[in-house]
Amino acid sequence: MVLIYLDNINGAIKKSSLEALSYGAAVAKQLGTDAQALVIGDVSSDLSALGQYGVSKVHQLSGVNEFDAQGFARLVADKATEGNASVVVFSHSLSGKALAPRVSVRLKAGLVTGAVALPDTSNGFVVKKSVFSGKAFANVRINSAIKIVSLNPNAFTAVLGAGSAEVVTTAATISSNVKIASVSKSSGARTLTESEIVVSAGRGMKGPENWGMIEELADVLNAGLACSRPVADAHWRPHHEHVGQTGVAIAPNLYIAVGISGAIQHLAGVNRSKTIVVINKDPEAPFFKAADYGIVGDAFEVIPKLTAALKAGS
Amino acid sequence: MKILVCISKTPDTTAKIAFTDNNTKFDTNGVQWIINPYDEWYALVRAIELKEADASNSIHLISVGGSDAEPILRKALALGGDEAIRVNIDIDDSYTIATQIAEVAKSGGYDLILTGKETIDHNGSTLGGMVAELLNLPYISLATKLDMNGSIAHVTREIDGGQELDEVATPVVISAQKGMAEARIPNMRGIMAARTKPLSVVEPVACDALTSTVSFEMPPAKAGVKLVDAENVAELVRLLKEEAKVV
Repeated sequence: MVLIYLDNINGAIKKSSLEALSYGAAVAKQLGTDAQALVIGDVSSDLSALGQYGVSKVHQLSGVNEFDAQGFARLVADKATEGNASVVVFSHSLSGKALAPRVSVRLKAGLVTGAVALPDTSNGFVVKKSVFSGKAFANVRINSAIKIVSLNPNAFTAVLGAGSAEVVTTAATISSNVKIASVSKSSGARTLTESEIVVSAGRGMKGPENWGMIEELADVLNAGLACSRPVADAHWRPHHEHVGQTGVAIAPNLYIAVGISGAIQHLAGVNRSKTIVVINKDPEAPFFKAADYGIVGDAFEVIPKLTAALKAGS
Repeated sequence: MKILVCISKTPDTTAKIAFTDNNTKFDTNGVQWIINPYDEWYALVRAIELKEADASNSIHLISVGGSDAEPILRKALALGGDEAIRVNIDIDDSYTIATQIAEVAKSGGYDLILTGKETIDHNGSTLGGMVAELLNLPYISLATKLDMNGSIAHVTREIDGGQELDEVATPVVISAQKGMAEARIPNMRGIMAARTKPLSVVEPVACDALTSTVSFEMPPAKAGVKLVDAENVAELVRLLKEEAKVV
């Protein structure tokens, strides 16, 4: 059995988890076994519909709604043991990063994080993963009986078919040593790693007061907002928008970089983007070498035109 | 309070990435090695700040690697670590590395075990969670802020779309990322002092590697940039729609 752990935000299953679900179902097919999903917490969506992604059964552990890595890892590991899972799949998301290593230790199961493709099972179990901050890939063999894979967001397309899953709900409890004192969420902000399109801007914007046109472009594309390191360091934009080697690493379908020269450390965080558009007034900006499309021009003129053209076309 | 900071050696952020031996080994030719930035800028510097606030705190550094990890440990000592431990085994498997660190930590009586959120070469993000599970300790991942109040750690960590403030009693394992502290440069006094600070080498405990790297590959080269005239923005929109099919 292949067990897939599904993340939920306020009761809704995350997109990256649906990708992991499809991935897990494909791994199960490859191994000639079945795929089952595990959801911890109470969710609003109809879990039987997850059968469309290729899982036969969804286990729901209800009553546990505050994430705790230690407690959740125990629940996942117990479910894997109980179902005799040969593979456990996570999404390489915030909670996946907290959980997968703990489950790996509990099950003494080799873990590959940041997987970008289905495993090669022709001779053992070899997983391709992103390394050197997106500049290369490594093929890593898992030697243990149980294998754990965490899948990079946006690396595998969720495939929808027909089907309905059997939902088995049981009550669970955990005891936590961590007290959550407070939670703050920026309203309306799109999670960067979940965004299919990201609009990002750098020092070329000259100051935080000029971000209105960037936000407008992001809005018309329903895109996440990002920035370069100097912009975050100068407090023009919040740190969580900083993409790059020491910030957030993203791999959207479309990355639009405005007024960013493209230092190697910035590229390390965005080079897995499927399509890169660079807008910069300096034709010598190194970013153009890594781009698919480029415009050499003044952002203050190009961006409003681009926003207008997108609005007109939609 | 005793703090253990896990230190990893990584290629410099600008290092050329290439492979040798039929793409099975990273080409170290001409590569400059640095402390993994997440370990240094965030985990280690925050530990140093905690020591500056309370001189009774001590900072131990640990690295799992061959003797070529020692210059990195000396640099970390120069920044402000008190003593360093190197576990003498050069291996990629994160489970083996975590097992070695947990083994040292078991007898060390550490209140805080800090790591960077990931290394910039393996991008695993696995070490902190594994060490925590091996020691049966709580683990706060991707922390952006850490303050101590007696034996209670107040830790802000990133969650989807925002942040969460956690309170947890030590001992605890925490992985650090941007926001936790600002990068520092070692000063001459620190560099001189680091030469005589203790650096001990311990032999690894037996452990089965759960993973092994088979080979590396480079991503396919980009076809080259297609430039669109700044006066013809509509053409870019057309290309994104019809050619790239991304909007």
